[in-house]
Amino acid sequence: MAGILIYSEKTNLTLELVSAAKQMTSGQLYALAVNNDQQAEELSSKGLDVYSINNPGLLTADVANTAFALKQVTDRLELNTVLLSSDRRGKELAGRVAEAMNAGCLTDVKGITVENGQVNFIRNALGGATVATQTIKSPERVIAVSPRAFAPEEGTGGGSIQTMEISVLATTFKLLETRRKAGDTVDLQAAERLVIVGQGVENQGDLTTVDKVAKALSAETGCSKPVASDKKWFSEDRIIGLSGKICKPALALILGVSGQVQFTVGVREAQVIVSINNDENAFMNKIADYVLIADLHDALPELAKALA
Amino acid sequence: MNIVVAMKQIPDLQQIRIRDRKPVLDDVPFTFGNIDKNALEAAMQIKEKIDSQVIVVAVGSSELEDTAKEALAAGADEARLVIWEDGLESSQSARLIAAAIKQLDAIDLIMFGEGSGDNYSSQVGSRVAQILELPQVGYVSHIEFQGDVVRLTRSLEDCEQTVEVKLPAVVTVTSDINVVRIPSVTQILKAGRKPKESIEAEDLVTVIPVPLIETISNLAPEMQRKQIVVKTVQELVKVLADEGFGGRG
Repeated sequence: MAGILIYSEKTNLTLELVSAAKQMTSGQLYALAVNNDQQAEELSSKGLDVYSINNPGLLTADVANTAFALKQVTDRLELNTVLLSSDRRGKELAGRVAEAMNAGCLTDVKGITVENGQVNFIRNALGGATVATQTIKSPERVIAVSPRAFAPEEGTGGGSIQTMEISVLATTFKLLETRRKAGDTVDLQAAERLVIVGQGVENQGDLTTVDKVAKALSAETGCSKPVASDKKWFSEDRIIGLSGKICKPALALILGVSGQVQFTVGVREAQVIVSINNDENAFMNKIADYVLIADLHDALPELAKALA
Repeated sequence: MNIVVAMKQIPDLQQIRIRDRKPVLDDVPFTFGNIDKNALEAAMQIKEKIDSQVIVVAVGSSELEDTAKEALAAGADEARLVIWEDGLESSQSARLIAAAIKQLDAIDLIMFGEGSGDNYSSQVGSRVAQILELPQVGYVSHIEFQGDVVRLTRSLEDCEQTVEVKLPAVVTVTSDINVVRIPSVTQILKAGRKPKESIEAEDLVTVIPVPLIETISNLAPEMQRKQIVVKTVQELVKVLADEGFGGRG
């Protein structure tokens, strides 16, 4: 059957997957909820046909078993396409489900087009230097869709919930604890404005001034990868770029970032990009709308004062 | 303990140039992905505490022996290399890597970076775990052993989980699990003498897996920006205000 199975642990992301699926097919969509009655209710209230698994032996953190469950569902419903969210949970699951289904798989999909009946998927490649259009040749397909690439489905009423029994593999996997992340948590992808710290901000003391600039602009603060990974000035949650967050803010104010593609892929879809850099040849300046060549140690206090 | 670190040979991304929106890969040297190097470093840190053999497994072009020197210098004990000249998509790489791992005896831990440096599709670790029917834990930022049980911190967007699994297992690590050390000159010199075994993909598997993905186009995005140079902070604040981004005090 040419239907699609949709699954994410997060209800908001599941609704985005529904929009993505509707670009691929006008066929039947099924959503899956695992040990989550509330999610099943919410999805059916948006008009979705939901299969609900309730099995205390199945931990969604156990990717091997969750993939095994999804495989049983696709087999039973005779579905050959699975849509997952391309957050960490979904990406980890995608490869395993794909291998179980013998499916071609694409993750981090940010766009879908259909040409002459062939569904094409758009995603970043070569570390973000390029954008690839790809298609899956096997009849079985697993696609992980980037969060926020599609608007959430706004359907109402008319859905259904059916329970489904599945079997669980014997496993040594134990989930001992789930806790909130230590330190700050921030949703950079939801931020309308971003101030981004690069290695050109040389003194850690200048971060107080960066903070003032961000506050004055009502912006969130992000950083390039080395500032978090090497200098440890920020948590990994604030990394912008290929191995961090891909953002589409209205404004990205970029402080001292040279502009390697692995970074720029995280901001290049911003509406307005400003680069402040002491290097006039920085690649970042070439993909900015406004460029100020200045020493950040001097420019930041002046900027904070002018915006206040 | 026997640890496999699976690493992906990728073009050095810093050296890729774009011409007519197309990536130019000629003469671009190969390296391993950055997060793969974190996985290798994590294996080295295990080896410092628990007597271990660290084996790098990689699939790539005939230049792979050269690329592998990097991993041997970083401390891996040996390298098992699968040579295949044509590009590979994730399902093919996974099958070749799994086949190479099957040839090794009594592997306890198989480690990957959470995503490759070039494609970042994060599929291969999960696919290999499925092929080898092993439990897996992804996005690991901390590893601790208690006998044949490994306790791991799985770092997700909104939470951290402490999970336990019995070895053998597949683990993918995040870039913040460690800071990769730079090899000393002595280590680099020693690397040349460490065992490297190369095998042609055709000799490893009876049938070369077919690609399941077709790339229709792969072009640099068009980025047209105003590139207006402003002279002073005051001027910048003014253009920001004109664009609707005034300070909100």
